[in-house]
Amino acid sequence: MSDIDVDPLNQAQTWRKSGKGVALATVVTTWGSAPRPVGSQLAVDEDGNFVGSVSGGCIEGAVVTEGLDAIQDGKPRLLDFGVSDAQAWEVGLACGGKIQIFVEKLA
Amino acid sequence: MQSTLLEQLQADRAAKRPVVLATFLKTGEQRLLYLVGKQGLKDLDPRIGEAARAALLEDKPRTVETEQGPLFLNVFNPPLRLILVGAVHIAQALVPMARLTGYEVAVIDPRSAFGNAERFPGVALSNDWPDEAMAALKPDLRTAVVTLTHDPKVDDPALQAALKSDAFYIGALGSKKTHAARIERLTAAGFGPDDFARINGPVGLSIGAKSPAEIAISILAQMTQALRQQKSAQEA
Repeated sequence: MSDIDVDPLNQAQTWRKSGKGVALATVVTTWGSAPRPVGSQLAVDEDGNFVGSVSGGCIEGAVVTEGLDAIQDGKPRLLDFGVSDAQAWEVGLACGGKIQIFVEKLA
Repeated sequence: MQSTLLEQLQADRAAKRPVVLATFLKTGEQRLLYLVGKQGLKDLDPRIGEAARAALLEDKPRTVETEQGPLFLNVFNPPLRLILVGAVHIAQALVPMARLTGYEVAVIDPRSAFGNAERFPGVALSNDWPDEAMAALKPDLRTAVVTLTHDPKVDDPALQAALKSDAFYIGALGSKKTHAARIERLTAAGFGPDDFARINGPVGLSIGAKSPAEIAISILAQMTQALRQQKSAQEA
């Protein structure tokens, strides 16, 4: 099985069962030419390891950081990324799309 | 997400049960919604149930507005399936490509010289006749069926079974002449123009494919088009 076959939910469950803190990120809305479709998921563990993707690699770093925060405080968050967003300058989507991502802790 | 909910979701996925994960984006509150009637939806706006159903059928997640704010409906459908009839050279190329694209692949060929584990290691193989094999596999609206043998004895029963199913894509290898003869046989068997419109024959997008792998690409491309653009064989 190759890397791209790693299923974020399977990995999240495996991490959780081994006692690790885990967060899930899901693409919930896209506008324009977003690189990954709505429903795409990424799982992150408390050490910052992650599987899956929510973009073409442009915002994964920021999403992983938010995931780590969610593991800490247990609160879900809704993140906006895109060209019109202030964050876009740092972690924006090179393709010009906009996406909204829901990040939640796996309790 | 609660671990217990994830476990249920994982069990549903393992059992190949279509399920929607509904998440209230303001609170993170979640529940699973199923296709069976309206059970478990009593305290939900009926529009949510309808939207969840549409999301499953179209395999397309969406957000609906509710009194409690936006509700995101994520779709977990069983994997796409590809049933290949004819364990030929093109099938050997198409199996790994289709798997990479997310399909569970089954290969049917009653000729064990073709359909054997040496030629198709690790593949779900059936040496039954296609009518029996297709009855066991039960193609549904998440299934593509492609016949590759050129042999009417093998291809035709599979095509007939595919036409009686909801398969989203049906392809049949063979030249225009072969296809015309096939249409005649299917007409004699009681099928009509609406059925023929569902068959992609000659199979695959016209990209000048020559080698078995290239033909596999053209077939997979046409399957993708049928899946994502809902085009019928006639429009394509």
